[in-house]
Amino acid sequence: MSSVVFREIESRGKGYYGILAALGVVILAGLAAAYNMETRGHIITGMNQQIVWGLPHVFAVFMIVAASGALNVASIGSVFGKSMYKPLAPLSGLLAIALLVGGLTVLMLDLGRPDRIVTVAMTHFNFSSIFALNVFLYTGFMTIVAIYLWTMMERRMNPFTKAAGVAAFIWRLLLTTGTGSIFGFLVARQLYDSALLAPTFIVMSFAYGLAIFILVLMAAYNWTGREIGDVIMMRLKKLLAIFIAAMLYFVAVYHVTNIYYAERRAVEAWLLLHGGIQTELFWIGQILVGSILPLVILFHPKWGKSRAMIASACGLVIVGGLIQMYVTIIGGQAYPLVLFPGMKESSTFYDGVVHPYYPSGYELFLGLGGVAIALFIVAVGIKVLRFLPESLEDHVVRAHHGEGH
Amino acid sequence: MSEVNKERRQLLGAGAAVASLVVAPGVFLVTAGKGRADEEAGEAGPQWGKVRWGMLVDTAKCSSGCTQCVSACDKENHLSGETLPTSSQWIRKMELTDRETGKSYSLPMMCQHCDNAPCVDVCPTGASFKRWDGIVSVDRHLCIGCRYCLMACPYKARSFVHHPVTDQNPDVPRGQGCAESCDFCKHRIDEGQIPACVEACGSTGGGALLFGDLNDPKSEISQRVATIATLQVRADLGTEPAVRYEGIL
Repeated sequence: MSSVVFREIESRGKGYYGILAALGVVILAGLAAAYNMETRGHIITGMNQQIVWGLPHVFAVFMIVAASGALNVASIGSVFGKSMYKPLAPLSGLLAIALLVGGLTVLMLDLGRPDRIVTVAMTHFNFSSIFALNVFLYTGFMTIVAIYLWTMMERRMNPFTKAAGVAAFIWRLLLTTGTGSIFGFLVARQLYDSALLAPTFIVMSFAYGLAIFILVLMAAYNWTGREIGDVIMMRLKKLLAIFIAAMLYFVAVYHVTNIYYAERRAVEAWLLLHGGIQTELFWIGQILVGSILPLVILFHPKWGKSRAMIASACGLVIVGGLIQMYVTIIGGQAYPLVLFPGMKESSTFYDGVVHPYYPSGYELFLGLGGVAIALFIVAVGIKVLRFLPESLEDHVVRAHHGEGH
Repeated sequence: MSEVNKERRQLLGAGAAVASLVVAPGVFLVTAGKGRADEEAGEAGPQWGKVRWGMLVDTAKCSSGCTQCVSACDKENHLSGETLPTSSQWIRKMELTDRETGKSYSLPMMCQHCDNAPCVDVCPTGASFKRWDGIVSVDRHLCIGCRYCLMACPYKARSFVHHPVTDQNPDVPRGQGCAESCDFCKHRIDEGQIPACVEACGSTGGGALLFGDLNDPKSEISQRVATIATLQVRADLGTEPAVRYEGIL
């Protein structure tokens, strides 16, 4: 990486500290929400016996999925030898760790007994549980990516970058498989119980992670007066479009397969046609906002070249992604379990009825607090360490690109 | 030794090392699990699999207005008896109507004490566990409140304690922020009694519940399930529940 100069961002200005302060306030709000949930119990949230995983899980799973996806840019550089991406690899690794920390924080603070994380959760493992395996997949991911970053940023360690990159790439595939399987292994719920969820989550992670990466990259460069050339921007943009298209494909196959199973037609009809808020979120949020609109923007001859429009497309993918998680997690629970196929069911425990969910402010702030933690880590990281190349202008990228071949 | 053989040996060695790392905790867990069960069984107590407590529900004797089993459970386990969306309900009465024929049924639904319990499989800490006598229960000191068992149970039998708990039965510890469910009143069983719901159904209800040891061929429940048609709910999932229903096939 001799031709690319990495440097900490120079930001003594009020802007930088203003951003840190704003993120700090959101983090504090998140911690306050968690404290309330811990001391007063989940009764203050909108969750209940029917919707047992709420908005915090939506944020947490989204961030964990996006974390592994954010690492893709680095993987493309070191694993697949596309040297153009190598200058972006350190930021990609940092973002991956930051998003995972943010997501896990939310997940752990949403436990009924977060005080038992160290005393029980880290010392008692049931290895038939994908949750227990995930504890190792998550901590392992952070360790491997940290080593990967070290091999990239410490000149003497450079020869090991490829090996560390391959390890990180394999691990991130395992990690997202583990996250998708949290739902895929739930045999009793009709909208889960599918091996397709694991690869779908991997493809989702590609899209979410890259969208976040592009936005963070643009923000960091714009605010510090550095340049990103068209060459790298157009490459990233095309890659994002491919990932979104792949995501749509997986979503389509999943639903078409379900519709083919007679026993799942009712739940599919509910989600796709008459599920009220869930149906609207699916079509308008997940499909239109999260997939179709970004694709139109990215492939449009004029919009596709505008930085502002590319940034908007990334924003839409993120918003659509959060909605996709909402539909997956909340929608999957909202439809009642079928205990007796062929029977109409009712009880005092809300059998046989679609379950409403009204998330509370506590859940929202806990989720946003996790996002703020991730962004805070990135903001501090690029300030104190050399994660960002000084310039990504075309001549720098081309020179480096040429050198790699 | 040829280079290829050397490489192969190294690879096998590495494979074996990884395999032992993966398997070792599992082996340890099995040992630990047995240790706990033996402890609970007492020194002279029964061994794993010797007893399997089960229940047979005769839906013909269970009437739609009767909730004696539910009240008895609430009273025994000091549950509030409320039916808010956040309330714990260890047992509930389900009303069913066949969509094609219109025939209706009423029956109690509670933890089915599965042999292959999804709640036990998914629990990350081992808090959700199966006892030596087949009873599925939650060790509330190991439960971290992740609620994965509520997601995994096909019978919606688990509850999460949302509300603060007061006035507890010392034999049935509960805890806010933990998961819980019917445990066949194991504190009563351990003293030779039958579950509170079964007792109440027999005395003031329709006498629809029969409780006993499914592994004892001489028990009334064993003889009945061997001679009449019974249904395990969602048998297709292979969970092998210890609760069976008759009159609903």
